Amino acid sequence: MLINPASTHQDDLWLERHIVDPSQDNRQPIILETKQLHVYYGDNEAIYEGDLKFAEHQISALIGPSGSGKSTFLRSLNRMNDGVARVAGQILYRGVDINRPEIDVYEMRRRIGMVFQRPNPFSKSIYDNITFALKRRGVTDKKTLDEVVETSLKQAAIWDEVKDQLNKSALALSGGQQQRLCIARAIAVKPDILLLDEPASALDPVSTGKLEETLTALKSNYTIIIVTHNMQQAARISDYTAFFNMGRALEYDKTSQIFTSPKVQLTNNYVAGDFG
Amino acid sequence: MNPKLSNRIAITTLYVIASLIVLILAALLGYIIISGLPALSWHFLTSPARAFTSGGGIGIQLFNSFYLLILTMLISFPIALGAGIFLNEYAKQNWVTSLVRTSIEILSSLPSVVVGLFGFLIFVVRFNFGFSILSGAFALTFFNLPLLTRSIEEALAAVPDEQREGGLALGLSKWETVTHIIVPAALPTILTGVILSAGRIFGEAAALIFTAGQSAPALDFGDWNPFNISSPLNPMRPAETLAVHIWKINSEGIMPDAKAISSGASAVLVISVLAFNLLARFIGRRLFKRFTAG
Repeated sequence: MLINPASTHQDDLWLERHIVDPSQDNRQPIILETKQLHVYYGDNEAIYEGDLKFAEHQISALIGPSGSGKSTFLRSLNRMNDGVARVAGQILYRGVDINRPEIDVYEMRRRIGMVFQRPNPFSKSIYDNITFALKRRGVTDKKTLDEVVETSLKQAAIWDEVKDQLNKSALALSGGQQQRLCIARAIAVKPDILLLDEPASALDPVSTGKLEETLTALKSNYTIIIVTHNMQQAARISDYTAFFNMGRALEYDKTSQIFTSPKVQLTNNYVAGDFG
Repeated sequence: MNPKLSNRIAITTLYVIASLIVLILAALLGYIIISGLPALSWHFLTSPARAFTSGGGIGIQLFNSFYLLILTMLISFPIALGAGIFLNEYAKQNWVTSLVRTSIEILSSLPSVVVGLFGFLIFVVRFNFGFSILSGAFALTFFNLPLLTRSIEEALAAVPDEQREGGLALGLSKWETVTHIIVPAALPTILTGVILSAGRIFGEAAALIFTAGQSAPALDFGDWNPFNISSPLNPMRPAETLAVHIWKINSEGIMPDAKAISSGASAVLVISVLAFNLLARFIGRRLFKRFTAG
């Protein structure tokens, strides 16, 4: 399904950098935006430039070779790198800089949830995995919790597989089921944005397919930003794609554009499979 | 020498060493248990010791051992848990924490008789607790704390970082994540460590001789008011434990059946420690199963 885009361009037409503003293409407002973002691990600068805008209810994919900074970028979007990396510049969530000292980092992370590379269900029952964070926030009404469990599991497309065994340990599920449970757990706290860090890299193709269906269905309620090594996956599910290389977001455009007629030569080489 | 031959020699040597260890252990346990078994009876396990005549038991010493074990655990477990959580979850890796870790290691290699003398000077003399269960429990806490802290720290370290990130990503604080996700996930391993250290405490003698004392005053098992001097629960009474009793009989016992009582008490001690170990494995495995496949 990928078209080798090399033929669509003349060599002298390549751009240095090409970043679009998604709010220009569609009516969705911008929900998350980075401005002059720099991320440092000690003295090493991991992100040099990552100025991107993410529109509501879109799936944006971050692609690029290993070490290109896409995971670091993603993890700074809900401050998972606090204490590990230093961030300069701005990350605006609905216009508010999430790195300001008065920001309640726990509330911010509730709104900007994250799913990780390796499935990480807690060693609790399926039911408790979903309700745990809510209970910690003071939700105790059994009926409310039951409802949340059902809707979250349904949204994550795993309800039919686990509805009869909600009290079973989550660790007994298969890897693919565990990852969808983790998505259900993340959306149970009603976030705005879901960040996914290579969520399918530990899964087999069938589970990956299910996960992708789940993500596509979640789009109507959530804004999704996903890091992936799998270019087909980015092409299948995302609306926008950002290409990272050596700590810079080099190209950001509609996914169809990126995979058919990229404007930056490195992007072209990468999606054509020439390196990475 | 060709690789095949050297490999075979290495394997044979390892087998010989391993079976030698198992053999020594089995012989030791077998000897202690077999020579002690004839003395074991309900009467032996429940009646008080006699100093000059035969027919005494180990009832009070057995109770003292368990009571001291429980008291020690009540004191040392919360401290070790806190220290383990601090070292593994919160402490930055710098010279202070490495100093703490080194101190713990040194503390764990202290001879127990030194711990006993230290406990004698501090708790018995300085704090004026006298020869008492409380002094013994504090001394055993010093004895137990390093290894327990270490085993809890290792149990926590074995929980993958993904679990911590999972908690934080849901908007939970670090403390909530540690107390509600990490510690429960490490619980089977922590429990195994606790029970194994219980075995060590149960068999400890040297640290107790100068702290919990070498006498076992008569107890009234109908009186459970911890403030009465003859109550079994009174923590201020001197309390000779099973291990101390064995040492005392063998060094200065003058009852006619000293040898039989010593063998019987040794068998009870060894069986108890063995039971702790088996219990640790059993509970650890059960909990692990419940958490992973329930």
